[in-house]
Amino acid sequence: MMTVPVQHALFLAIILFALGVTGVLVRRNLLFILMSIEIMLNAAGLAFITAAARWGQADGQVMFLFVLTLAAAEVSVGLAVIIRIRHRLTTLDADAANLMHG
Amino acid sequence: MILLLVPALPLLASAILVLSEGRMSQRNIALVGVGAVVLSAVIATLIAITFLNQQEQSVALTLWQWVHIGNFAPTVSLYLDPLSLVMMLIVTIIGSLILLYAAEFMEGDEGYNRFFAYMDLFVAAMLVLVLAGDLLALFVGWEGVGLCSYLLIGFWYQDAANGLAARKAFIVTRIGDVGFMLALFLLFTQLHTLQIQTLLVQAPNSWAVGSLAATLTAALLLTGAIGKSAQVPLQTWLPDAMAGPTPVSALIHAATMVTAGVYLIARTHTLFLLAPAVLAAVGVIGTITLLVSAFAALNQSDIKRILAYSTVSQIGYMFLALGVGAWSAAIFHLMVHAFFKALLFLAAGAITMRLHHEQNIFRMGGLATRLPLAFWSFLIGSASLAALPLITAGFYSKDAILAAAWAPGGAARLLWLGGIVTAFVTALYIFRAVFVVFFGTAKTEVSGRYGWRVALPLTALSVLALVGGLVETPPVLGGAKIFSRLLAPVFGAAPPPAPVTLILFTSAISLLGLGLAYALYWRIGPRFAAWAARPAIAACRNFFYGGWAFDELYHALVVAPFLALVRVNRHDVIDRFYTGIAWTCRWLHRRLGALQTGQVRWYASWLAAGSVVTIAVAVLR
Repeated sequence: MMTVPVQHALFLAIILFALGVTGVLVRRNLLFILMSIEIMLNAAGLAFITAAARWGQADGQVMFLFVLTLAAAEVSVGLAVIIRIRHRLTTLDADAANLMHG
Repeated sequence: MILLLVPALPLLASAILVLSEGRMSQRNIALVGVGAVVLSAVIATLIAITFLNQQEQSVALTLWQWVHIGNFAPTVSLYLDPLSLVMMLIVTIIGSLILLYAAEFMEGDEGYNRFFAYMDLFVAAMLVLVLAGDLLALFVGWEGVGLCSYLLIGFWYQDAANGLAARKAFIVTRIGDVGFMLALFLLFTQLHTLQIQTLLVQAPNSWAVGSLAATLTAALLLTGAIGKSAQVPLQTWLPDAMAGPTPVSALIHAATMVTAGVYLIARTHTLFLLAPAVLAAVGVIGTITLLVSAFAALNQSDIKRILAYSTVSQIGYMFLALGVGAWSAAIFHLMVHAFFKALLFLAAGAITMRLHHEQNIFRMGGLATRLPLAFWSFLIGSASLAALPLITAGFYSKDAILAAAWAPGGAARLLWLGGIVTAFVTALYIFRAVFVVFFGTAKTEVSGRYGWRVALPLTALSVLALVGGLVETPPVLGGAKIFSRLLAPVFGAAPPPAPVTLILFTSAISLLGLGLAYALYWRIGPRFAAWAARPAIAACRNFFYGGWAFDELYHALVVAPFLALVRVNRHDVIDRFYTGIAWTCRWLHRRLGALQTGQVRWYASWLAAGSVVTIAVAVLR
């Protein structure tokens, strides 16, 4: 069985996370922002799995299950919010939803 | 327990009148307002009869405990001993006569209901004051009469001047009240109780004669008494208090309010005995006051102001008596003064109500035949005030005081001298009023008639002002000792009586005053008036007329500097600091508020940047 080096897996996680952050910051479409957040969550999950494999312990996998649950909950709430925003503002532009500025 | 009814009835009547909001007819208002006090006078008399027939010298009645905080546990209690008995009788009986008179005097006034509500509250507060067994309860009554005097002096509030007089009375007495309050604090911290009888027993045990604590307490109590009893230097409020209706003046001067200070000193006289310096100050203040106000009274033209200054002066006599330790003489004069001063005020009111509320004595004249009832009442009151010998009550009480001032010898003779001079001036100024008002040519129209509600109090008080002094007479005139024997359990033995020569001298002095008044204001009236109108004399008279310029002095010393400070501090110097804080906060708010763009991505960038910085700090540290 071929083993993936820890460094490779962590690099992949970092790249994924950076992609996610960039997506959140530069995308204006709310759906894409939500997807970028999912990517960031999965990057974190990947890091957990890697660590679990590296140390041969189940804790990291348990944490990944939590992350999955969290992601599911986040998506459901996020989608509901997006639907409301679409309903109110008739657009998915995140910059249009700035009614609470100071 | 029946003792509770005495203050409770007027209080109840006051509450009923307030709650009825003037829905009752004037007849019913008078019935409730006067009836309650009359009833409480009847009960007080019954209590007096029972009390005098029993062996005990005092009755204490604890109603309930007020609060309990640590060792501070004041009770609401009533205490009846000969002193409070006498005061209770004076307040209720004189009070009910005045209220009966007021029922007619105030007829037709739109504030009839309000008037009786205040008057009943006034009487109730004074009864609480004299019957209280605890200094804190006494203080409640003390402030109660202060409040009612404010309400009643400013009764005709539509006139701004009346409101001003009311405020002056309230504020000036308040200065004294601060002293009284400090005395209470001091007594409590030093002796751990405010129960009057406990205090009076404990004080001599814990304090040496002339010790600092005793002197300070007595001095502070004296401050309170000075404010309430209108003595120098806090006497300025009383003449202005004439702004109220005449029955109010009668009540303030005779039965309630101004006598409270004398009562307080008599009640706590044990404390004053521990502070000889303060006791001497009481006598000196009394003497100065009686001289100052007698000369002021000599130059007034308003009949009520003459009487007001004469009250200040007569209370000065009471303070003089207290100062030389003649406690029962002071209370005796308090009682007799209540008789004749109520009589004088009611008679003055009876004159003004028939003269369309004219109060200037120089616009009256020749009223002796046209208002015989008012004339005889006023004459009897004046005779009693001037202490005409043998026939008047004032003679016996004033004589007792002058005898007590004479007896110790030494420097106290100066107090006696002040008393004698004032006795002369008193006779002069009050008979000046009598001659100007009742004799000579008529200058004003007389209208209306008196009802029985005016006639009865005037008659009753006339009788009291004549024979009220017979309860205590010097040995040469029968030597009755009813009054001093009654008060002996409170005050101990009475001072020695006056020698006969002294009595003759005092009598001669007051007759001389009467004679001079007759000569100056009647026999050679116009020529004297011409002499008095000379510039130098007139300036002097103006000085006396303004009450020795005390008002101007206070204006220059207190009011003007205060106003100057106010002007300097108009834009509140200290407030600048707080305005500065608020201004900085608003500025920061605007700056920080700009960060709140409402852009989700903007927030996310901040989050990311923040995380990077936090992690960097955590890792690189």
